[in-house]
Amino acid sequence: MQWLSQNLHIVWGLLLDHLWLSAVPIVLAFAISVPLGWLAARHRRIRTPLLTATGLLYAIPSLALFIMIPAIFGLAARSPWVAIIGLTLYGIALLARGAADAFGSVGRDTMLAADALGHSAWARFWRVELPLAGPVMLASLRVMAVSTVSLVTVGAVIGISSLGTLFTDGFQRGIDASIVTGLVLTVVVAFALDAVIVLVGRVAMPWRKAVPA
Amino acid sequence: MNLFAEAIAYLLDPANWQGPSSLGLRILEHLTFSGAVLALAAAIGIPAGVLIGHTGRGRGLVVALTSGARAIPTLGLLTIFGLALGIGLEAPYLALLVLALPPVLAGAYAGVESVDRATVGGARAIGMSERQIVLQVELPLAAPVLIGGVRSAALQVISTATLAAYVSNTGLGRPIFQGVKAGDYEVMLAGALLVALLSLAVELVFQALQSAAARRAEPTAVPARATARAPERNTA
Repeated sequence: MQWLSQNLHIVWGLLLDHLWLSAVPIVLAFAISVPLGWLAARHRRIRTPLLTATGLLYAIPSLALFIMIPAIFGLAARSPWVAIIGLTLYGIALLARGAADAFGSVGRDTMLAADALGHSAWARFWRVELPLAGPVMLASLRVMAVSTVSLVTVGAVIGISSLGTLFTDGFQRGIDASIVTGLVLTVVVAFALDAVIVLVGRVAMPWRKAVPA
Repeated sequence: MNLFAEAIAYLLDPANWQGPSSLGLRILEHLTFSGAVLALAAAIGIPAGVLIGHTGRGRGLVVALTSGARAIPTLGLLTIFGLALGIGLEAPYLALLVLALPPVLAGAYAGVESVDRATVGGARAIGMSERQIVLQVELPLAAPVLIGGVRSAALQVISTATLAAYVSNTGLGRPIFQGVKAGDYEVMLAGALLVALLSLAVELVFQALQSAAARRAEPTAVPARATARAPERNTA
């Protein structure tokens, strides 16, 4: 506790770094996975290559991915964008499958009924498919958010600062309190973001309880 | 792309495959270490998971374990164990075991749980003992999902074993962290490429194992491609 009170401003700064390094990839991955998942659910030809590619991408260790990204995108090795791009890719790898399954779960009859009511393809997506797929997608979004928060810490070993810096610093200087603080805060951030997602889901999709899981 | 050419040139240089700092030795270290952790996780997790799936008791424990484990950052576990146990292999062993157990347990449990209760009832009706039911009915039918859990664990262990070099100088993380310290990007990238290739190879082996098990469990079914995979993954 003494260590924490003496280092509060450092911990606070790292917490903020961690928050934005988690939030940006979560939002980006979600925004990219929804159209990808929709395409995969509606076009068989896209489904297999997309899901194979994302599955293999997820097999690559994050540290290896973080090291390869600067070489691929021409970034500085310690740029926070390395973590953001890497975690967005992982997020897509996790979410694209969930989104594809969610859009696949929308019944054919439901879509035909929407067509019969005169919906254009665009209107049908926003007013029928997305509202029905949303609650199913929420589960994979939560898994993805929690993993992202915990993966952000890996960047610390190559110098991208986050709560993971408390692990590397604490280890090198032999301070248990630093590592424990990092562990507790990372788990707290993960559960807090998870709670935010559940809350937003409830507000944005008040009908979700009507849908059988 | 030039950087990749340099890293590949480093990997192809026979000088880097000889002597005590040989990359081949690092790969061997990485595989033995990961294999040992995985074997231990399987030895504990599979019987426990099968028992939970068979009896239906302790389901809440598995769910809590797997969702809780996802939130715990690997690097934090490694460093705190590293401080507590000193530099050596004990700390990464323990940290990796903690990470590998939940997916193995969840896969074994979910696999047995998914076996049709009517099938189990049928086996009991023809006079099979509980032991026979578990070994001859439930395990073969649960195998695809069970192997899916081991596959998740294997990938997680292989990737986390890279981070383990941060606290104990072993495996393929070693060239990576040497590169980080020396500011030698080429060596880092070479190490990263090797780990990525190794992970992909392990993933493909487990995919093949899983579809072989699926064919054995349901010989007449239309081959479904890799549907049986434990959903939780928290790679390092």
